[in-house]
Amino acid sequence: MLLINCPFCKNRNETEFVYGGPVGVNRPDPNISTDTEWVEYLTLVPNPTGPVQEYWWHARGCGKWFAITRNTVTHDILETQDGQ
Amino acid sequence: MDNKNRLKDGGRIDRSSVLKFSFNGQNYNGFKGDTLASALIANDVMVTARSFKYHRPRGVIGIGVEEPASLVELMGEAASGNNLSTTVLLKSGLKAKSINCWPSVDFDLGAITQIFSKFIPAGFYYKTFKWPNWHLFEPSIRKAAGLASAPKSPPKNGHFESRNAHCDILIIGSGPSGLLAALIAGRAGANVFLIDQNSEAGGSLLNLKLEINNKPAMSWVSEVVSEISKMPNVLHLQNSTAWAYREHNLVIVNQREINDSSIIERSWRVRTGKTIIAAGAMERALVFANNDRPGVMLASAVQGYLNRYAVKPGNNIVIFTNNDSAYTCIKDFQNAGIKIAAIVDSRFEIPVNVLRSAEGVDVFSGSIIKNVTGYKKVTSVVIESIVDKKSEIIVCDLVAHSGGWNPTVHLHSQSRGTVRFDEKIAAFVPNKDVQNASSVGACNGNFALIDLFEETKVVINKTLADINLYIEFDDHLDCEAETYSIVPLWNTNLSKEKSKAFFDIQNDVTYDDVQLALREGYSNVEHVKRYTTGGMGFDQGKTGNINIIGTIAMQEGVGLGEVGTTTFRSPFTPVSFGSISGVREGSVILPFRHTPVTQWNHDKGAFMYEAGARWRRPGYFPKAGEDFQEAVNRECRAVRTGVGVYDGSPLGKFELKGKHVGEFLDLIYTNVMSSLSPGNGRYGLMLSEDGLIFDDGVAFRVDENRWLISTSSGHSDGVNHHMEKILAFDRPEWDVKITGITNQWNNATICGPKARDLLAKLGTDIDLSQTAFPFMALREGLVANIPARVIRVSFTGELSFEINVSPRNLLNLWEKIMEIGSEFGILPVGSEASHVLRVEKGFLSLGHEVDGTVDAYDLGMGWIMSKKKTDFIGKRSVHLRRDLKKTRRELVGLLPNDPNEAIPEGAPITPEGQKRATEGFTTACVWSVVNDSWVGLALLERGHSRHGETAYVRLQDKVIRAKIVPPVFHDPKGQLLRS
Amino acid sequence: MQNYSLFSLAKNAFTGHRNWQKAWRSPPLKDEYDVIIIGAGGHGLATAYYLASEYGITNVAVLERGWLGGGNVARNTVTVRSNYLRDQSIPFYVKSVSLYEGLTKNLNFNMMHSKRTMVDVVHNYPKMRDLRRRQLTMDIYGSSYEQISTEQVRKLIPALTGGGANSRLPIIGGMVHKDAGVNRHDAVAWGYARAADSLGVEMHQQTGVKSLIRGTNGNIEGVDTVKGIVKAKKVIVSVSGHTTTLTETAGLRLPLRTMNLTAFVSEPIKPLVDVIVNCSDLGFYFSQSDKGELVIGGAPDSGQSFRRDIKQHVFEDTVGAMLELFPAFKKLKLLRQWGGHLDITPDASPIMDETSVSGLYVSAGWWGGYKAIPAGGLTMAHQVATNSPHPLMADFSFNRFKNLDYILETGTTTAR
Repeated sequence: MLLINCPFCKNRNETEFVYGGPVGVNRPDPNISTDTEWVEYLTLVPNPTGPVQEYWWHARGCGKWFAITRNTVTHDILETQDGQ
Repeated sequence: MDNKNRLKDGGRIDRSSVLKFSFNGQNYNGFKGDTLASALIANDVMVTARSFKYHRPRGVIGIGVEEPASLVELMGEAASGNNLSTTVLLKSGLKAKSINCWPSVDFDLGAITQIFSKFIPAGFYYKTFKWPNWHLFEPSIRKAAGLASAPKSPPKNGHFESRNAHCDILIIGSGPSGLLAALIAGRAGANVFLIDQNSEAGGSLLNLKLEINNKPAMSWVSEVVSEISKMPNVLHLQNSTAWAYREHNLVIVNQREINDSSIIERSWRVRTGKTIIAAGAMERALVFANNDRPGVMLASAVQGYLNRYAVKPGNNIVIFTNNDSAYTCIKDFQNAGIKIAAIVDSRFEIPVNVLRSAEGVDVFSGSIIKNVTGYKKVTSVVIESIVDKKSEIIVCDLVAHSGGWNPTVHLHSQSRGTVRFDEKIAAFVPNKDVQNASSVGACNGNFALIDLFEETKVVINKTLADINLYIEFDDHLDCEAETYSIVPLWNTNLSKEKSKAFFDIQNDVTYDDVQLALREGYSNVEHVKRYTTGGMGFDQGKTGNINIIGTIAMQEGVGLGEVGTTTFRSPFTPVSFGSISGVREGSVILPFRHTPVTQWNHDKGAFMYEAGARWRRPGYFPKAGEDFQEAVNRECRAVRTGVGVYDGSPLGKFELKGKHVGEFLDLIYTNVMSSLSPGNGRYGLMLSEDGLIFDDGVAFRVDENRWLISTSSGHSDGVNHHMEKILAFDRPEWDVKITGITNQWNNATICGPKARDLLAKLGTDIDLSQTAFPFMALREGLVANIPARVIRVSFTGELSFEINVSPRNLLNLWEKIMEIGSEFGILPVGSEASHVLRVEKGFLSLGHEVDGTVDAYDLGMGWIMSKKKTDFIGKRSVHLRRDLKKTRRELVGLLPNDPNEAIPEGAPITPEGQKRATEGFTTACVWSVVNDSWVGLALLERGHSRHGETAYVRLQDKVIRAKIVPPVFHDPKGQLLRS
Repeated sequence: MQNYSLFSLAKNAFTGHRNWQKAWRSPPLKDEYDVIIIGAGGHGLATAYYLASEYGITNVAVLERGWLGGGNVARNTVTVRSNYLRDQSIPFYVKSVSLYEGLTKNLNFNMMHSKRTMVDVVHNYPKMRDLRRRQLTMDIYGSSYEQISTEQVRKLIPALTGGGANSRLPIIGGMVHKDAGVNRHDAVAWGYARAADSLGVEMHQQTGVKSLIRGTNGNIEGVDTVKGIVKAKKVIVSVSGHTTTLTETAGLRLPLRTMNLTAFVSEPIKPLVDVIVNCSDLGFYFSQSDKGELVIGGAPDSGQSFRRDIKQHVFEDTVGAMLELFPAFKKLKLLRQWGGHLDITPDASPIMDETSVSGLYVSAGWWGGYKAIPAGGLTMAHQVATNSPHPLMADFSFNRFKNLDYILETGTTTAR
């Protein structure tokens, strides 16, 4: 159970949050991107053995969305980025 | 004789409190403060178990959680699977028995396996029991393995509790290090949590007769315990085991023996700033022939039974050791009147100060115990000199052996800290911490009191400094400077020994087994463990694994550090599932959701279902004597000919406010919503970015910047997440605020040709005429004097009004509807009837037609995929998928050729009904009252162009033929719902 | 290879078991092989065996960074079954189950394969519908699945004392899948390794691959290991969670993300449960090992992870759900628990295919890969040996993602 540092509420238990998936590339313009680019946007995510950036939503708390950088091997949370 | 082996005085037992207990049907007495093991030894019960493979008699070997042999099963209310007799606190009326022996532990027929022992070495089952197949042998193997029986019923009295705790410093272990750390930190004002698995504080000091400040060490312990008990910032728990070290300094503690008898055990989730692991060390065994005989015990255990429990496990003892610590037993043995027949020390050079303590005793240096004689009790040992192999028989009734000490690195290792092998103490010690934790004292390889006190002071002061706390500590802590030296002895060169020498006493893993594993190439420490099962028992190899590692190292010619240990996993000691689950029980697990009408449904005898997102919904309302189909038919008939009412409250609802809501809805729905004028709505489809149908629902514009959307009841959380995420990261510049209002607005939906009449009769100030209140419009006003928002949506295909009111008014509204609706033949409609009605109309149901393989075009809903919008979520992906030009499965209706033949939902459709890959499947099939026939929906390859053809539905025992028709069986033009 | 039998066991008993040979050799690492398999897990070892036994390709090295069979195959809940939904999936798993049943004989190593009925314990009607849908499609491919009543569920699982009509989660019925089974996972790994070794395949432990090496024409050329460079024109990556870690060294990005999946065992107890119990609505399943431990598993944790550890709140929920149906287990104890990592594709179905790098093959995306070991090994060996996909695995290609042509086992919307 991670201890997540919500930008608004500070350290709270993982159970108060909803995982929002890894931060990938920004949504490309579907009218401009090629098929390959579009499929890559949908299916490829960073999968490092190390720091990964991901979204979290303090759904059972203040409702804030933000991103953290977490090490996928140690689960150390290196950084919190306020999303909004 | 009662308590034959109990010393006349001494020990920490309460002799004024006699406890009666029984073991294997025999009655005995013990004292408060005893464990089951100490009480058994006191009563000279030396055979307490039989080993699981060879059924050799075993006695108690250790004194705590490291115990490998003495497993017992408790009976009655105390039943809880396997327990170590060394950790079972003696209680009045305790009933226990040995496991895995029949008819008794003293005479066990299972021992006959010993005759076959040469045929059943480690891993023998991989080589045989293959023909004809494993099934022939499996039942007997299963019966023979497995130890205690599972408890047959849950505890009758009491419950499990859980708590969350936060502290500055968690100290694991109330031995000398832990107590000192708690004392200093407590005085400094830190928030301290001190826990220890034993029944009282003191750790190793409980078993020894050491002195601090020229007084018994246990007096110092009492003083410290007393001082910290008065500190409000220190929580001190005994009988509490830290069994798991998780991420982010979360430690899980299981507390037992709670003062409140209604609580069986309490689980603590402790999130700590810093952890001080003061978990001590556990003595390890030596490996020699017949080292499992009853009466062969760990030296520190014998010492502990003497000092702590005033129990003498024997009268004539041989000590076998490779290190200094066993010599501290000598004085205690002599004071208790135990004759020391010999000290056998495998070291060639024994430190002078250590030898001094053995004055007057025969010391055999450079020697080992070659063998132990005696079957149910030790009668003598054969001592052999290592160099010249001269041997000698020494008569004795007790062997106290010590192979050295293993720092308890389990929790450190669980925290993902690394370990290294320390040659000086020949043991694995903590190397690096990766979380905010430190190991101190014996668990860090510091065994001498004087050293561990110093170390503790340094560590705790640094810990306090890190949180800006300081305290001056100058209490006296004078104690002897003990030494510790060891020459490792991983086994006693047993290559030619015929008797068995055990590495893992519980799983009967012998020296030969480990050699066999190595011989067959299973040389990685993990392979040896798995092949021999060494270390896989209840004790997880606490006293024996190191010897296996040492033996592998010797054999492979490498250091123990290179061999490594097997992974230390939680729990440190076995923990009950009840404690882990805590208060999760019954309605607290997955609480179900209900509306103000749920109870009314119950009262009316509705058959209740649990639907998506845990909503309790009525399936159907059977009248007395009615079966499922009759009830459903009756409800459908009411809706199609008169009026029905259902509770649509579970549908997800959100209110969206802001300047950009219209654009936002245009992005997340497939059709255009922004063109809606206030008071109007539209049915919409929501796709996920990969083009799969995510949800469907209706969106209504309430006014310029205020909208209402509804989702399916099952996906409302998912839709909420989806919407929130887009606004947070893809469109943060948009002004859109989302408020979930599923619980704030409930509704009663009346549907049927008489719905308008009913609504009028209920009384409303809303103009109900078709022109003033058309289909898909929203009107606000009073209904039956209740403020309401009325929406004309229809999921049944009939004229329908969804009357939304505040929850406190729903039941009132509902009852009025039922009362006034009775003249129109109103009936409450359950989800089964709703299902039938929507199938008749070919309306989409996410749980049925949306299969992950079909898109809106396949479902005949191409009209909902806006061609005007250049972008909406899912658009690109849908077309990308369609570009494959693969054969698509398309929504069709099915009319079985025999109208009375039902097609099971999910039934596959195959070409000509043959046994081959499917070309589609039935998504739904219901009895249609209005068609007097079974009607179904299916997804079928090229369905749109196959109307009029026959579909072959393949079941296990027959093929059903059905006509492929358009997917609508009632009011195909949709005139009724627009009326 | 040395024959394992009751006779040879007895014979060796009289010589103190000193004459058993090593289960596999540890030869020196050569400079080049025809095929390199990265990962001595279930799939890697099975592929090695079938390459040698079915296709005569024996100049093969299996490179393992740790100890043989030490990955997910070492920490498995060993449920073997074929009750899948899609036409693409069912025949593959049916084949795998049947290969498992004959494995002991084929490999001359006792897998202790125990055919067991799997019982789905069902609490709600949508779930029942979903399972029944599988039943009729499975029937086409020879896999059995039948609906049973609540009474029959209790008869098959006497220990299931919870879930009564008045409980929070009443059981409404169940499904039985008689073709399921459990076996000994270490035996599967060791059996395949020993048999492959006897045919000439080399096992190389403690030989981690640092990166893949591509030639100037872009094709795979070999691997760079901690023991030096080894060449091969065909390289198979079967390393579960670490697939992308390796393939990225070849400049490839694959649609995989690595998640943590945990399991736990109870203390050993007398035989109590003879079937595999599956409660997918509550998110747990278990069977009883021959040693007497209950081996229990649940759903993966959310979030990407290589930590192979336990998420406390998820674990507590799983145990709580289990106790709801088996309240007598409250005083039973947890003995050991662990995590493993697996990688998951966008549609949660596996990938077995050659990548866009010629000669580089990948077997990944296995969520529930233990049951697929024999068929996965056989079909991958086929593809590598014949340069064409085996009909049973042809659909599980990378190609399906090009047009988002998912194979969705969930049967309904993604609801991700």
